[in-house]
Amino acid sequence: MAPILLRSVLVLVLIFLYLPLGVMAVMAFNQSPLYAMPMVFDTIWFERLAGNERLVGAGLNSLAIALANTAIATALGTMAALAFQRYRFRGATLLQILLLPPITIPWLIIGTAMLVLFFWTGIGRGLHAILLGHVALSLPYVIVVVGARLRSFGVTLEEAAATLGAGPWTTFRRVTLPVIAPGVVAAALFAFAVSFDQFVISYFLAPPGVSTLPVEIYSAIRKGFTPEINAISTVIILVSMGLMLAVARFYRFGGER
Amino acid sequence: MSAVEVHETVKRYGAVAALDRVTLRVAEGEFFGLLGPSGSGKTTLLRAIAGFVMPESGEIRIDGQRIETVPVHKRGIGMVFQNYALFPHLSVFDNIAFGLQVRGIAKAEITERVAEALRLVRLSGLEERRPRQLSGGQQQRVALARALVTRPKVLLLDEPLGALDKRLRQEMQVELKQIQRTVGITTLFVTHDQEEALTLCDRIAILSEGRLMQIGPPAQVYEHPQSRFAAEFLGEANLFCGSVERGAAAGGKVRTTAGVAVESALPPPDGEAILAVRPEKIQLVDPAKDAPARANRVEGRILRSIYSGSSIAYRIEIPGQELTVFEQNRAAAPRDAGAAVTLFWAPEHSIWVTP
Repeated sequence: MAPILLRSVLVLVLIFLYLPLGVMAVMAFNQSPLYAMPMVFDTIWFERLAGNERLVGAGLNSLAIALANTAIATALGTMAALAFQRYRFRGATLLQILLLPPITIPWLIIGTAMLVLFFWTGIGRGLHAILLGHVALSLPYVIVVVGARLRSFGVTLEEAAATLGAGPWTTFRRVTLPVIAPGVVAAALFAFAVSFDQFVISYFLAPPGVSTLPVEIYSAIRKGFTPEINAISTVIILVSMGLMLAVARFYRFGGER
Repeated sequence: MSAVEVHETVKRYGAVAALDRVTLRVAEGEFFGLLGPSGSGKTTLLRAIAGFVMPESGEIRIDGQRIETVPVHKRGIGMVFQNYALFPHLSVFDNIAFGLQVRGIAKAEITERVAEALRLVRLSGLEERRPRQLSGGQQQRVALARALVTRPKVLLLDEPLGALDKRLRQEMQVELKQIQRTVGITTLFVTHDQEEALTLCDRIAILSEGRLMQIGPPAQVYEHPQSRFAAEFLGEANLFCGSVERGAAAGGKVRTTAGVAVESALPPPDGEAILAVRPEKIQLVDPAKDAPARANRVEGRILRSIYSGSSIAYRIEIPGQELTVFEQNRAAAPRDAGAAVTLFWAPEHSIWVTP
C-alpha cells in the first residue's frame, strides 16, 4: 500500500516538474505559433530566434553576467568561507548570522533597496550594476555550501601538509582546494543559477535598451508571446541539464570524487 | 637526528594551564613517551613542538635552535596524526611524495625515496591505491612513511595507534618500534594507553593538569612512582595511608588508622607520604601456611574475583580498607569469595609516594 502511494507521489512530482518543460520543448518545434494541433514539425522558430537580435543579445548579456558572477562570487565566497572556518576574528559569528537573511528576504525588496542605493550613490543602472547585485546575492549561497564542505574536513589535513613542509599557499593549492573542489563546483553552480535565473534585480537595475534574458522573456510575453521563447527556453534547458549531468558525473555530491 | 628541549614552557587556555612550566629533554634517537589522561597537556606539548600551539613563555629547542617563532612548515618535523590525515584526493604514492614534491626534489629521487619508504613500512605494491581503499593498519603505515620520507629531525606521534583494534595495535607497536630503531629518529609519542607507553618508549613522562609528574625509563617509573598520581595512572596501586614511622635501619613504616602496619625497605621522604604496593607484587597463601620472614603480612578475606584468562584479579578486604591483588592463573579454579587468605609481600615492594 505505502510503496504504491509513495510511487504515485513521486510520479506526480516528476510529471508536474517535467511535463511543462516537455510541452515547451515540443512546441518549439511546432510550426503553428498558436499551438495548433496536429503538430507540424518545423525548426522555423529556431531560425527566427537566430535572427532576433534583442533576444540573442539579452541571452548573451545573461550568459556574460552569469559567468562573471560565477567567477567573482565563487572566488570571494570560497575565501570568505575559509576565513570563517579557519580563523578566529572579531565579529565572525555576527557576520555569519548576517549571511542568512539575504537568502530569505524577498528579492523584490532587495532589488528595490539596491535600486535606491545604486541611484543614490551614483553607481546607477547597467550591466555593471546588475553584476554587482548578483554577486551580492549569490555570495551567501557560496559561503554556506563551501563552508559545509570545509567543516566536514576540519583542519587536520592542512596541519598534515604544514608538517610536511608546505607553506600556506601550497597547502591551499595542493590540499585544501582539491579536497573542497566538489563543494566549490556545487557553489559555482548555485552562483550561476542565481544569476542566470535572476529576474527581479536585473529588471530593476537594467536601464532602457539593456536587458537580460529573463527580463527580455518577461517583456516579450507581455507584448505577445511567440514560440521563439519556446525555442530559446529549450536551448537553455538542454544546456543547463547537460551542465548538471556533467558535474554530477564527475562529482558525487557530498562524497569523495 | 636531533635532541628536543623544552624549558619552562607555559600555555594557558583561559584560567586553565594546559602546560604549567614544563621542562624536559629528549635525547637524540630516543623514543620518548608523553603519557597522561585527557586534558593533561600531553597533546598541547606535542602541538607546541610541532608549531600549532604558541606557548606563552618558555623555550623549545630542536638541535639547540630555538623554534618558537619558526612556522610549522619550516621546522623539519614529521608527524603522524590520530586519524592519519592522509590526503583523500591523492594516491598512496602521491601522499608519501607530497613532502618531497613541495621541497622541489627531482622526480627520479622522489620515486626512489617513496619506494624506499614503502619498503620500510612493508606496503610495496600499493602505490596507486587511494587512502580509503586501505585498511586502518595500512593507512597508519602510509602516514608513517609520509612522515619519515622527508627525513625530519624529529618524529611526532599523536596517539597514532588509538584508532586500531587491540590485536592490530599490538602488531603495529612492534613494527613502530622496529622502524624507529632502524631509522634512529628522535621520536615523541603521545598516548593515554599506559601499556603502550611501557612497551614502546625508552623513557616516559607522566603529565597531569599541565604539570610534569615524573620522567624516567618505563621500568623505573612503574616500579618507583614518586606520586600517588603516577602510581595510580600507570598501572594499579594499593595505597596505605597513615602515620609514618621512621625505622631503626634504612626503612620506614606506615601504620593505618585500622592498625595495619606496612613496612618499606626504603627510607620515608620528608613530609607527608603514603605507601603504594602494586597488585602483582602481593602474594596470596592459605591462612594455615607460613609467609616468609621479613615480609609484610596481612590477613584478609576475598570479596570477589575478576577472571581475565592468564591472571585473576582479587578484591580483598583487610582491616580498614580493600586491596587489589593479581594472581597468575596457576590453580585449577579461582579462590572462592568469602575465603580467608594471608597476603604477603617483600618490604622492597612498598614504595613511598607523595599524596
